[in-house]
Amino acid sequence: MTVLCLTELDGADPADASLRALTLARSLGGPSLGAVVFADSAGVPASALADYGVTDVYVIEPSTLEGYAPQAWARVLAGLAADTAATAVLAAGTDRGNEVLAHLGAITGLPMAANCTLVTPDGGRTHRLVRHRWAGLLLEDAVMEAPIALFTVATDAVSPVPVNVAADSVSNVSAALPSGGTPSGSPMPASIQVHVHKPELAEADLVVRAVESPAGAGGASLATARVVVGGGRGVGGADGFAPLEELADLLGGVVGVSRVVTSEGWRPHKQQVGQTGTKITPELYLACGISGAIQHIAGCAGAKHIIAINTDPGAPILAHADYAVIGDLHQVIPALVEALRAR
Amino acid sequence: MEILVCVKRVPTVGGKIAVTPDGQEVDTRMSGFSISPHEECAVEEAVQITERAGGAVSVLTLGPEAAIEQLRGALALGAGRAVLLETDGREFGPIATAAAIAGEVRAHGYDLVLLGNEAADTGDYQVGIRLAHELGWPVATGIKNLSVSADSVVARREYRGAQEAYELPLPAVITVKEGINLPRYPSLPGRLRAKRAAVERSSPSWAAEGLRKEALRVPASSKHQATVLGHGADAVPELVRVLDELGVLS
Repeated sequence: MTVLCLTELDGADPADASLRALTLARSLGGPSLGAVVFADSAGVPASALADYGVTDVYVIEPSTLEGYAPQAWARVLAGLAADTAATAVLAAGTDRGNEVLAHLGAITGLPMAANCTLVTPDGGRTHRLVRHRWAGLLLEDAVMEAPIALFTVATDAVSPVPVNVAADSVSNVSAALPSGGTPSGSPMPASIQVHVHKPELAEADLVVRAVESPAGAGGASLATARVVVGGGRGVGGADGFAPLEELADLLGGVVGVSRVVTSEGWRPHKQQVGQTGTKITPELYLACGISGAIQHIAGCAGAKHIIAINTDPGAPILAHADYAVIGDLHQVIPALVEALRAR
Repeated sequence: MEILVCVKRVPTVGGKIAVTPDGQEVDTRMSGFSISPHEECAVEEAVQITERAGGAVSVLTLGPEAAIEQLRGALALGAGRAVLLETDGREFGPIATAAAIAGEVRAHGYDLVLLGNEAADTGDYQVGIRLAHELGWPVATGIKNLSVSADSVVARREYRGAQEAYELPLPAVITVKEGINLPRYPSLPGRLRAKRAAVERSSPSWAAEGLRKEALRVPASSKHQATVLGHGADAVPELVRVLDELGVLS
């Protein structure tokens, strides 16, 4: 009984979305949890992975496969799944995770369930699962019958919890943890084995591979930002975003926008929060002048806290927010910036 | 350049989304239908490519007869030919959907197939990829910039704030995301032409898949009413206190 999880890295650390996937992977109860990492073996964060219950790391080094090639990554997973007699292979529901697992589904001819929030083995080849539909606005209860369960884990639905504090349910434990803190007095995780894996790859699997341009990578990304300052129709126009940028800077965050803002061409689409934009998981989402269309809520529901600034006390966003300031963002934000500068 | 664009008829959800009493479908008594923003952009991209490089755009949907409405919408934007893969009301899974589309691609012959990155309703994220494997073609997904030449495409997308570029030989499958372009509005002549256009039909076979839906439900509501901190700029001291309490002021 092996479970394999494609694990993405964020610099030297496991990506947050992958830690969430590993947390869910652990609940499948396999004695062996393998993380599949495409990186130099010197750069594998083995102890961080052990904290999340990983027993084996399968490393595919750049000398074997350089860069991101989705079909080749899937081929590697297919080979490892066969070698380890895996009962499940999963990934985070990121662009890459969904893409690689879909390739794996096509290669193996097996079904793949995208963006699951819960997966439970139900004997034999059966898994019961809950997954997002409509970007999480609906949940689907489903049954998967397959020799290997293939799925991805919704990036905004499962909290990342290290193994030694995971005695209780995931949500309870994460609430009990001080934010960013590490539990003390817990036993060291079991030993972890790192295997350098050198699969043979066919040319056909390498036709499509990414050429990454590092330029333009500066700044925190919307998907992983700790604070997002959101602007909607209430901002009024393309030239109204400077105070939001200033506030985002002060809070160490980034600006996100609603769909109307990108459809009007006020801001580039890459800043859009929502079903057809980016799903965010910040500590704080400060939604300014955003009414809260359902497709926008799908993108920001993963925020830990939401504060709305809106002139309309009846705006739908207020039903999803923890706090609200009723007022014009053009007055509230400059005053807030001033107050924060004065601290 | 022969381009096929695949679109899907889905309910237009606005303020809220509800499920039918049997838990099998989205309640559409109060809603219209549309295609997703990703797919609107796929249609626009195909039309722009053929405007520059010549060729023709076909639009395909797999769905009930009523989905002809969405085909006509794409015809009004500049597609020249419409194909309905008509279903009998059963929901096709991604494997059967990809197989049905592959049948049309083989029968007609295309250089490029465009789809949305994911369907708005099912969010399976895999029809384009399964289609490419069926055809033995290369595929790139989540694309937000496309340059097409005679025998290849360069497809770009963002990954963690950086740009990724993929070069694919044609024929190829590309799934696109909203933001790749700003779709045009249909012209009046376009709408008139769309109204009269013929729609080719066939009925692909449904097959059970290993992933079976039991029920849809609205998530247990996290809905509550926000605590109002105050009005206008007067609320700022209270707002700062809350920000501090949430630990976002460092």
